[in-house]
Amino acid sequence: MIKQFFASLLLFGWVVIAQAAIFAFDFDDPKKEARFMQFSAELRCLVCQNQTLADSNAGLALDLRKELYRLINAEASDKEIKDFMVSRYGDFVLYNPPIKATTYLLWFGPFLLVSIGLILMVRVSRKVGQQTTQTLSAEDQQRVQQLLAEKKEN
Amino acid sequence: MSTLKLRPFIPLIIFLVMAIFLGIGLTLDPRKVPSPLINKASPAFSLPLLHAADKKLSHTDFIGKVSLFNVWSSWCAACRQEHSFLLNVSRQNIVPIYGLNYKDKREDATRWLIQYGGDPYVASAHDLDGRVGIDWGVYGVPETFVIDKKGTIRYKQIGPVNDQNWTETILPIIKQLQAEAS
Repeated sequence: MIKQFFASLLLFGWVVIAQAAIFAFDFDDPKKEARFMQFSAELRCLVCQNQTLADSNAGLALDLRKELYRLINAEASDKEIKDFMVSRYGDFVLYNPPIKATTYLLWFGPFLLVSIGLILMVRVSRKVGQQTTQTLSAEDQQRVQQLLAEKKEN
Repeated sequence: MSTLKLRPFIPLIIFLVMAIFLGIGLTLDPRKVPSPLINKASPAFSLPLLHAADKKLSHTDFIGKVSLFNVWSSWCAACRQEHSFLLNVSRQNIVPIYGLNYKDKREDATRWLIQYGGDPYVASAHDLDGRVGIDWGVYGVPETFVIDKKGTIRYKQIGPVNDQNWTETILPIIKQLQAEAS
């Protein structure tokens, strides 16, 4: 519950920032505005690479928001908007990159690492299990009894 | 038995693999995003010249020869550093350099050229609002495109042209493209 509360707080803060950065664009249709918000949060600003177009105040981010505004008002499809950005700046502008040969490692690498970890974990725990259930040889058993007996006597 | 012998080295092997990958990562510059425009035709544009607003530079001017298209601005600090090198290149008559004066005021740009030793450009297009810059995928000035005789973009240098990247990369590409049939 607490986690969810903080997550929603963060999300709220982010929405406020996003709105603060794009207040200058007026839309006649709330649907268009929603699309604008969605895209500007999904596209990367290449000048300040860890910010979205919505978050960034860089000149280029503002220019690209203007382009986005123009495209959305011209009723461009999602694909057309993405193609516009990707054809100029590459897949890197998308915060949600497409799955293709060059991004396989990016998408599936973490799963690969987790499965390697799981396999190792199972193997190691099996070995440990084997070790604890190992029985002592008759000789050793005898020696244990002997030692215990000695200890008692002392 | 062999696996037993290898065992103590596993952490070392993991360490080495990670060190190699992270080491490669350190040598990469995250600001250098590969351009999707390489091997594509020059994006169409037609802009007034910086020095003569009644004349225009367009993508068709690149056809018929190998040329450089350098994106610059008077507000860009790294362009200052690059400028003397470009002046030097222009004096050698190796390749015509065209300029894209990006998001700059005409007066500032012309004054800047005078202040920093001259104009290395055959012609500079004046992209006041940066709209043509967007079509060319410009995200950091300076950037330099190498364009072949057919008007196709063949290489993009992100950041200033300097002695090292010129002799190691850009000049060999220019020579190679100049040898191609038009």
